[in-house]
Amino acid sequence: MLIDCPHCGPRDLAEFSYQGDATRTRPDLASTDTKAWLDYVYHRPNPAGRHREFWQHAGGCRAHLVVERDTLTHEIFTVSFARKTSGGDAA
Amino acid sequence: MVERASPLGSDFRPGSYGDFVEGTGVTILEALKGSIVEASAWPGEEKTLAENLSAICRLKLSASPGSGAANREGTCAFNIGPGRFIVSGQGEALAGVIIAAIDESVGTVTDLSHGRAVFAVEGPKVEWVLAKLFALDFSLSAFPVHTGRATAHHDLFVQIQRRGEKRFELYVFRSFARAFAKTLRRASEDVGYAIR
Ligand SMILES: [Zn+2]
Repeated sequence: MLIDCPHCGPRDLAEFSYQGDATRTRPDLASTDTKAWLDYVYHRPNPAGRHREFWQHAGGCRAHLVVERDTLTHEIFTVSFARKTSGGDAA
Repeated sequence: MVERASPLGSDFRPGSYGDFVEGTGVTILEALKGSIVEASAWPGEEKTLAENLSAICRLKLSASPGSGAANREGTCAFNIGPGRFIVSGQGEALAGVIIAAIDESVGTVTDLSHGRAVFAVEGPKVEWVLAKLFALDFSLSAFPVHTGRATAHHDLFVQIQRRGEKRFELYVFRSFARAFAKTLRRASEDVGYAIR
C-alpha cells in the first residue's frame, strides 16, 4: 500500500504511523461532561467503509496527515496536511 | 584540538570486498563533515529560511519539497520536510555561523554535527545497491542531482542527498552508523565494493 504524502509523494506504508481516528471532535477543555469525554476518548464507530484517520509520515518528512480511505478496499481518497484542518480534530 | 573520532570503529577498514572480480560496483566512505545542522522554519517562513540559508551558505536553495543545492566549498543543503532543511559543510565553524544568522522569528537551527554520521556511496551500481534498502526511485530523472529525500530503512531514519550522477550522501543517527555500515556493506557484496 502506498500513501501519497503531500510533501514527499507516494511512499511505502512502512514509513507511516497510524495516529488515530480523525472524525472525533474534542470537547471544550473546560467541559466536565463525562459522557462527551467518554465518547471522545473511548467510543469508536469502527466503520467498514470510508474513514478519516490521522497518520504521521514518521519515516519521511515527519508531517502529520489526514488520510481518507476505505477500510474495506484500502482505497485512499485524499491525503492532506493535518495542520490544515480546523480545530486540530476533524475539519 | 580534539581529535575527531569516527563512529565506525576498526571494522570499517579501507580495501576491496565482496565480489569485486568484475570491478568495483560501489565505493563506500565516511563523508567527514565539520558541521551538520537542521534548520526548521515557522509556518509561513519557509521561503525566508531558504533565502537566508542561501545567503549565509552561498547556495541556491529553494523551499520546494526535496529541493537541494551544493557549492564548490562542499557546503550542501536539502529539504527534508515542510520548511525543514539539512545543511552541512566542511568547516567546523559553519554550524555556529548559521545558528547566529537565522533570526528566531524565522525558525530554529539545531546543531547535529555530533549527532549524525554521513556515508558517501558512489559508483556505477549505486542505484542498484540503494534500491535494495529504500523504497525510492533512485533514477536520475526521479531523483535529480542535489535533491534530497527523507526516508527510512526499517526503524532507522535516513536522509539522502544526491551529490552527483552516481554519488549519494546518506545521513544517519551517529549511534546507528556502525550497524548501518554493516547493512550497506552486505547490500554491496554482490556488485563488489571498496571502502576508502
Ligand atoms: Zn512526507
